[in-house]
Amino acid sequence: MLELKNVCKTFYAGTVNERVALNDVSLTLSDGDVVTIIGGNGAGKSTLLNMVSGTLPVDAGQVLIDGVDITNYPEHKRAKFLGRVFQDPMTGTAASMGIDENLALALRRGKHRGLGWGITKKERAEFSKRLEEFGLGLESRITAKVGLLSGGQRQVLTLLMATLKKPKLLLLDEHTAALDPKTAKIVLEATDKIIREDNLTAMMITHNMHDAITYGNRLIMMMDGRIIYDVAGEEKKSLTVPDLLKKFEEYSGGSFANDRMMLSK
Amino acid sequence: MDFLISMFNSLPGVAAEGLFYGIFALGVYITYKILDVADLTVDASIVTGCAVTTICILYGVNSLVAVFIAFLAGMIAGALTGFFHTFLKIPAILAGILSQFSLYTINMIIMGMQSYLDTTGTTKALIPMSPTAYASVSKFSLIVSSRDKISAMVVGFVFVIAIIALLYWFFGTEFGCSLRATGANPKMARAQGINTNFATVFGLMFSNGFVALAGGLLAQYTGGSNITFGAGAIVIGLASVVIGEVLCSAFFKKGANFAVRLTFVVVGSLIYSLIKRFVINVGLDTNFLKLISAVIVAIFLSAPNFKNSFVRKGTKKGA
Ligand SMILES: Nc1ncnc2c1ncn2[C@@H]1O[C@H](COP(=O)(O)OP(=O)(O)O)[C@@H](O)[C@H]1O
Ligand SMILES: [Mg+2]
Repeated sequence: MLELKNVCKTFYAGTVNERVALNDVSLTLSDGDVVTIIGGNGAGKSTLLNMVSGTLPVDAGQVLIDGVDITNYPEHKRAKFLGRVFQDPMTGTAASMGIDENLALALRRGKHRGLGWGITKKERAEFSKRLEEFGLGLESRITAKVGLLSGGQRQVLTLLMATLKKPKLLLLDEHTAALDPKTAKIVLEATDKIIREDNLTAMMITHNMHDAITYGNRLIMMMDGRIIYDVAGEEKKSLTVPDLLKKFEEYSGGSFANDRMMLSK
Repeated sequence: MDFLISMFNSLPGVAAEGLFYGIFALGVYITYKILDVADLTVDASIVTGCAVTTICILYGVNSLVAVFIAFLAGMIAGALTGFFHTFLKIPAILAGILSQFSLYTINMIIMGMQSYLDTTGTTKALIPMSPTAYASVSKFSLIVSSRDKISAMVVGFVFVIAIIALLYWFFGTEFGCSLRATGANPKMARAQGINTNFATVFGLMFSNGFVALAGGLLAQYTGGSNITFGAGAIVIGLASVVIGEVLCSAFFKKGANFAVRLTFVVVGSLIYSLIKRFVINVGLDTNFLKLISAVIVAIFLSAPNFKNSFVRKGTKKGA
């Protein structure tokens, strides 16, 4: 379903600040794959997702979705296939617009936006019903400005926006990292529920190795712009956090002590 | 007493001018508040509106049609800024300044390379006009004129109502919502499939269209087009927007409907117009207006910040 072929990305190429963010990365996802992505800071995880979403252009390589080469599609055109939730709860929603208006924008993703009404009564009722499922009480204040919501509420809303129109691929970039542990758990569980119910294909970056093991059917570990470990199926299910740390040490040539990889819980 | 009477007598004129500038301010509102772009093009596109309208009228075009042609000309001016900003990736402020500069020359060309052109046809346009165009002012049936301030006021009012209705409808449509989203959070807008470059360009065009339309009405009202007319107009627009906003949030504590907010922009413009008249009637040199305007804008723009910091201090003490 998603194919990355030899994707390269370097920032500030040819300067002293040169940063190789992705080094010849190839990756193929099948329909229904839920891939968790782990790796140290600056490993290239976000860049990988940005290559898929088109937020940044690739330097070399190709991005295909269902066989269609979207490498040269601008970000807004790729949005048709993608649902995205970001690390910063501010990024995914428009604070000065209503909850309902944000959802109405998301409902029209990939569609031509003409001079028809931007939101209808029927849609508003539908949104209320969808929001009710999360039990956050958002359904009763559906016209409230999103700026009034808490970070967790905004992430849940962004998640609903990302999946309101079933995306071919859901991209989650540490979408619970900015939340307190309790809220993070609520958002993560909501994510898992939606992915299961809608049978979504997803990529989820996380700092939490335990979550990376618990969720999804496949796990990849990144380091220095490369995928250093890619595991799926039964092997993934039986992984433990110490296993992952050992893998990381193996690949980083024992530099674990001075390159603390990530927090694990 | 005399002062009050003269203020009272000038009210229809104040209202007419305030309404025309209200249309201008609505244009500024589109970029400044909705698209979140401070667009300086307006200083020049308002003159484009004046120049185009004046020329059209001199060539015998119906004066109502002339302001619609001005609207289109303003849209082209906005497209120029949009091109600089989105296609050439020049920061919005600079893109506006570049447009302003380019338009100065273009406005001069439209006005036949003279800095003043009046609707009586006593000044000449670039292209030789038909003899009728030189006829006296009475030959031209203008939709507004300072000779009849009451009807100018009525026409201004009708235009304002129609434009507020149009904007209210437009920003409720799918396309209009995509412009609002672009201004509110461009990253989110793109993630939801909105072409933010297109939205920005269109918003700039739409905004400058109304700015030029206001210019067209003001040209008819004042009887001509003057190349220096637009200098600093952005400040007048911003003054109207911020005065309107502060008043609106004072009257509607829980937040107001979009149409109400737009109406308050025009109210802001009317108040500005009144202040201007007051300054003139008091006998102050009108050159003071620029400084006064800047102070008004600075006060109103910073007021919310002060208020917030006071509130924060207050709650801290309480806690
Ligand atoms: N927009 C950008 N501009 C410059 N450098 C960037 C940008 N995005 C990422 N980088 C650099 O690329 C490398 C990979 O970053 P990123 O993909 O964000 O890592 P991760 O998400 O795994 O922490 C880092 O060295 C980072 O500094
Ligand atoms: Mg990252």
